[in-house]
Amino acid sequence: MLRAHWWRGVATVARLIGDIDAAEDAMQDACVAALAQWPAEGIPANPGSWLIGTARHKALDRLRREQRRPDKEVAAVREVGEAQAASPGPAGDDQLSLIFACCHPSLDPGVRVPLTLRAVCGLTTTEIAAVFLVPEPTMAQRLVRAKRKIRDAAIPLRVPPLEDLPARLAAVLRVVYLVFTEGHRPVAGDEPVRAALCEEAIRLARVLADLLPAEPEVTGLLALLLLTDARRPARVDDRGGLVLLADQDRGLWDRAAISEGTALVESALRLGRPGAYQLQAAIAACHSTAARAEDTDWRQIAALYGELIRHEPTAVVEANRAVAVAMSEGPHAGLVILDALGADPRMARWPLLHTARADLLARAGRDADAVVAYRLALELEPPAAEREFIARRIGELAAEP
Amino acid sequence: MKYMCLVYANREEDLSTEVLSDFPTVVRAMREAGVYLGSGRLKAAGSATTVRVRDAETLLTDGPFAEIKEHLGGYFLLECADLDEAVRWVATIPGSRLGAVEVRPLEVAMGTEH
Repeated sequence: MLRAHWWRGVATVARLIGDIDAAEDAMQDACVAALAQWPAEGIPANPGSWLIGTARHKALDRLRREQRRPDKEVAAVREVGEAQAASPGPAGDDQLSLIFACCHPSLDPGVRVPLTLRAVCGLTTTEIAAVFLVPEPTMAQRLVRAKRKIRDAAIPLRVPPLEDLPARLAAVLRVVYLVFTEGHRPVAGDEPVRAALCEEAIRLARVLADLLPAEPEVTGLLALLLLTDARRPARVDDRGGLVLLADQDRGLWDRAAISEGTALVESALRLGRPGAYQLQAAIAACHSTAARAEDTDWRQIAALYGELIRHEPTAVVEANRAVAVAMSEGPHAGLVILDALGADPRMARWPLLHTARADLLARAGRDADAVVAYRLALELEPPAAEREFIARRIGELAAEP
Repeated sequence: MKYMCLVYANREEDLSTEVLSDFPTVVRAMREAGVYLGSGRLKAAGSATTVRVRDAETLLTDGPFAEIKEHLGGYFLLECADLDEAVRWVATIPGSRLGAVEVRPLEVAMGTEH
């Protein structure tokens, strides 16, 4: 309940005093005050305004106390803050300003996700350290360093001007996407899924889509996350192993999330400015709307991947296109694309390439070659859930006559 | 906020030709926008002397402090509202196309502002 107001609270105070770290402290103080007062006095009519108002007072008090600034200066900050609050900027400017600062291109890409989880989502340093499997002091130090840079280099807490918006927005969407990926397919740790991170990413995408309704990629990202997350209940079996899309129990899929995601991606594509997130969402929608795996429109999916590669010319996209082509035209057509990719030694170190190849080889009836490809994937140390899946596939292929 | 923008370039010859032609236009635009505090071009890295004082003894070494492929070739001192504004101006400096520009905010201690 308190966390739902964290983003707005930190954003408002950060814009008021120009310091994210102090804004987090003030919001933390406000939450402590709420936990002390609300049970006795009842929850205020507007908890959000209460929290933000309290956080503002705490911040100004602290400013006066710690910096021993003359009262006149604090009064000036208060006035500026009130003028800002009163100025008719687009709603949610404070919130956007905060996330744009946390995802600023001058910050190390590796710190943008943790910083967003801390300042925007309100996760504790302990929680974030656990996500990235680093000791808490290490994570605390990274966060402090990033916030210090924002302050010292005067990274602005402001919505970027229109000409910079596309590039800056792309950096923000990337961070939201990475938060989701870390939940959906964790690189760190042995858990197959971290649901809390998936939900946090969807919450971020939802607020962004509300604040920036004219940006189809934002809507596209929200659609992609909803459609992907809709399959979460069917993705992991009772023993924690990953279940392939084709083998998933489609009855477990979240129908409400699928229809919302499908409607969102359609509305985004109607704006006529397709992008990588919209196309990935369209692909996810193709999978999600097939009643059975064999009803999947692979020809359409292969075409969408062909379109996606123009926006995101990466080997990962090409490998996925190969799989879609294999499904619509037969395994040999897909293997031709994968073998071309595998010729690049950097790609040969990517476990999923070998897993995909193994799958197509098995479909083509070349079981022995498939086992060899699966073994290559295992040698590259994929995440635990995938290791288990591959071992199972090797067992199945070896058992077949 | 004052930003020191240190221009590092790979080949000084290229940088100097480019700077000579574009420099006045860039500086004029910066002056008109009120962000320009100063700039300077350094002579070749070979002219550098590095000074260290150890145990009250002044030690000199020939050459720049760090031997790297890119040499410090010049600087711009800008007064900007924030990093975004500084980056926008730095992107107009010819050195940012040929080499790289390190943007560092100046520490402002009370009473040392000039």
